Amino acid sequence: MNYHWNWHIFLEPGPDGSGSYLGLLLSGLVVTIETALCAWIIALVLGSIVGVLRTLPSKTASWIGFAYVEFFRNMPLLVQLFLWFFVLPELLPPSWGLWMKQMSHAPFYTAAIGIGLFMSARVAEQLRAGIGSLPRGQMLAATALGLTTVQAYRYVLLPMAFRIIMPPLTSEFLNTIKNTSVAITIGLVELTGEARSMQEFSFQVFEAFTGATVLYLLINILVVTAMRLLERGLAVPGYITGK
Amino acid sequence: MFANFDFDVIRRSLGYLFFDGMTFTLMLTSLSAFGGLVFGTLIALMRLSSLRLLGRIAGLYVDLIRSLPLVLVIFWFYFLVPYIGQWVTGSSRPIHVGAFTSSLVTFIMFEAAYFSEIMRAGIQSISKGQPAAAQALGLTYSQTMRYVVLPQAFHNMLPVLLTQTIVLFQDTSLVYVVSIPDFLGAASKVAQRDGRLVEMYLFAAMVYFVISCIASFGVRRLQTRIAFVH
Repeated sequence: MNYHWNWHIFLEPGPDGSGSYLGLLLSGLVVTIETALCAWIIALVLGSIVGVLRTLPSKTASWIGFAYVEFFRNMPLLVQLFLWFFVLPELLPPSWGLWMKQMSHAPFYTAAIGIGLFMSARVAEQLRAGIGSLPRGQMLAATALGLTTVQAYRYVLLPMAFRIIMPPLTSEFLNTIKNTSVAITIGLVELTGEARSMQEFSFQVFEAFTGATVLYLLINILVVTAMRLLERGLAVPGYITGK
Repeated sequence: MFANFDFDVIRRSLGYLFFDGMTFTLMLTSLSAFGGLVFGTLIALMRLSSLRLLGRIAGLYVDLIRSLPLVLVIFWFYFLVPYIGQWVTGSSRPIHVGAFTSSLVTFIMFEAAYFSEIMRAGIQSISKGQPAAAQALGLTYSQTMRYVVLPQAFHNMLPVLLTQTIVLFQDTSLVYVVSIPDFLGAASKVAQRDGRLVEMYLFAAMVYFVISCIASFGVRRLQTRIAFVH
């Protein structure tokens, strides 16, 4: 392979004059984490609401949940981001559209909300499966004790269901982090984007992507370890999730 | 709000969108799914083999690919494939590789990691007695896999494999990042040429939505049928 390797490139000054190429990648990492955390909060909140809707006895509620999940699951994330970023401002009243287009950090907000909505459909599906895996007796017992539906979900079903779905939620969180890279198409310069600009400025293609790869691996290891600790800390003794 | 819509731009570009763009997308999806399944099955067999080293290598590959975003993997292979081509053909310079081959290699390598996890679960779901019985009948390892284990694993996992293929179909849109004209790329080209982003992106979203909906509805029906047979 006649490729000229230069691993010192990471310490050489970057194109923005403020630091090294390594600093460039690390600032991308920060953007990736910020975007992913915002998106994850949106995904958890909306996903929980929609997931619960799908398990309610009401036909209308579960139909709304179903339509929501199908809407966000059946379009590529890239297309959804384009819809929020390019199409939505044109369809709103002109003054609103103008405000959206002139907003600073528009790619960041669009990415956080767009990825959050996309992931919320997946969280909803996981939560629905979690609630569905609980024995029917739990809801019946809660009702027999005189709990209202809200109380039954709040104190009986959801605490157990969330513990059960911790492992799949961990991988959905990892997916959220990975999906932030799709936002480079709307101009968000996160870790993959910074690796790309490092490649364009320094011509060291494979070093740049190796740097990004290592950083992604580190986040993955960190998240998996943290979630495993959280899982262990929250486990209910004597119940299946106690492993 | 639809007053200044130009629906004609969609009609004018239908041929380009479907004959060029959608053909690319569907070809890429089906060939990647097939290649990913073949390599994924091999990786799964490696991971489950009694040779520790082989299992370790396969495991590392799967974990590595699964922790990277697809966009980064697309960039990796986009620049790496010419060098792989040089190495394979033994030429003196990195060779030029077409957009289709480049993205096909990317998606096969990427999907193999995901398909291998599905096939591994499928193989592990077969009761231990079956390979034991096959061995007692005098079948070799490859015969056991070929005639007893893999057909059942594939059958049990078919709905999951198809669901993954729908995800793959949506993910192929990401070749946009290296300006390869798949369906979305074609729509985007027309959109930017004619300044009709709203119409083209809405239309593209609708097409993806309809195809994915029909496909996932089909998978759901298949799932209930498979569940019924068992």
